[in-house]
Amino acid sequence: MSKLVELEEGFSLEALQNGDQAEFARVVEAYSGYIYRLGMKMLQNPQDAEDILQETFIKAFHAFPRFDGRSKVSTWLYRIAANEALMFLRKKRPDTVSMETRYQDESEDDPEPLQIIDWCCLPEEELISDEVRRHLDESIEQLPESSKIVFILRDIEGLSTQETAEALEISEMAVKTRLHRARLQLRELLTAYFRERLPGTI
Amino acid sequence: MEHHQNCRRFLDSLSDYVDGSLSAELCRELDRHMADCANCKIVVDTLKKTVYLYHETAAQPSIPSDVRVRLFRRLKLDDYLEK
Repeated sequence: MSKLVELEEGFSLEALQNGDQAEFARVVEAYSGYIYRLGMKMLQNPQDAEDILQETFIKAFHAFPRFDGRSKVSTWLYRIAANEALMFLRKKRPDTVSMETRYQDESEDDPEPLQIIDWCCLPEEELISDEVRRHLDESIEQLPESSKIVFILRDIEGLSTQETAEALEISEMAVKTRLHRARLQLRELLTAYFRERLPGTI
Repeated sequence: MEHHQNCRRFLDSLSDYVDGSLSAELCRELDRHMADCANCKIVVDTLKKTVYLYHETAAQPSIPSDVRVRLFRRLKLDDYLEK
């Protein structure tokens, strides 16, 4: 008799592979919020995020018979969603390739920090306001796609380096390099933004 | 700004430092370096704060109820819609 495999997250692998609707509904309930958030951060648009959300779960349902349970269900869903989002962006903006190549070469040195201004001392209410939230989102939008997705998975969705590497099918080294580059770039953008809000600056 | 050769050497390690995943030895070296180098200290502090702000302001993972309803319908899971 075959043993029922219960996945790390408490789902039945067999039920999911066999297309069990109730089990699939549990997965959708558990992870749709995360996938929607990923879509919102990547695409910055509710309609596009909803499209990615639907496509991800439609693809997942059809692919579950081939899911082997070696990675977490969530990591596997993130992989589908990340692919969908990246394909969507490439289709929408085919001219981003030139932007990409500027940052993509892994062997290239990290960009040097240009602005050395300490804005950490700003009061919390000035650091976390609605305006700042908007600026944080706008800054993410300026990242090249390949490091944007890494930053979102690692620093917003909270995946580990290993899970991010699995989801994007890249090496852990590449995850680290792209994450670092994204953070340095965001630091520059936030510094440019906050420097004007420091006391004593014109 | 005076440019230290050392700053460049540490630049690649700053994210690992912020994540607490830098080797103990490099970590000590960087701490020593930052005691003398105000610039690197500022870069590390603002890098840390940048990551912190994104953590703090990340929206809860939820979806608007109409988006959820359309998702379940699209997946033919209407029977499982009621929470």
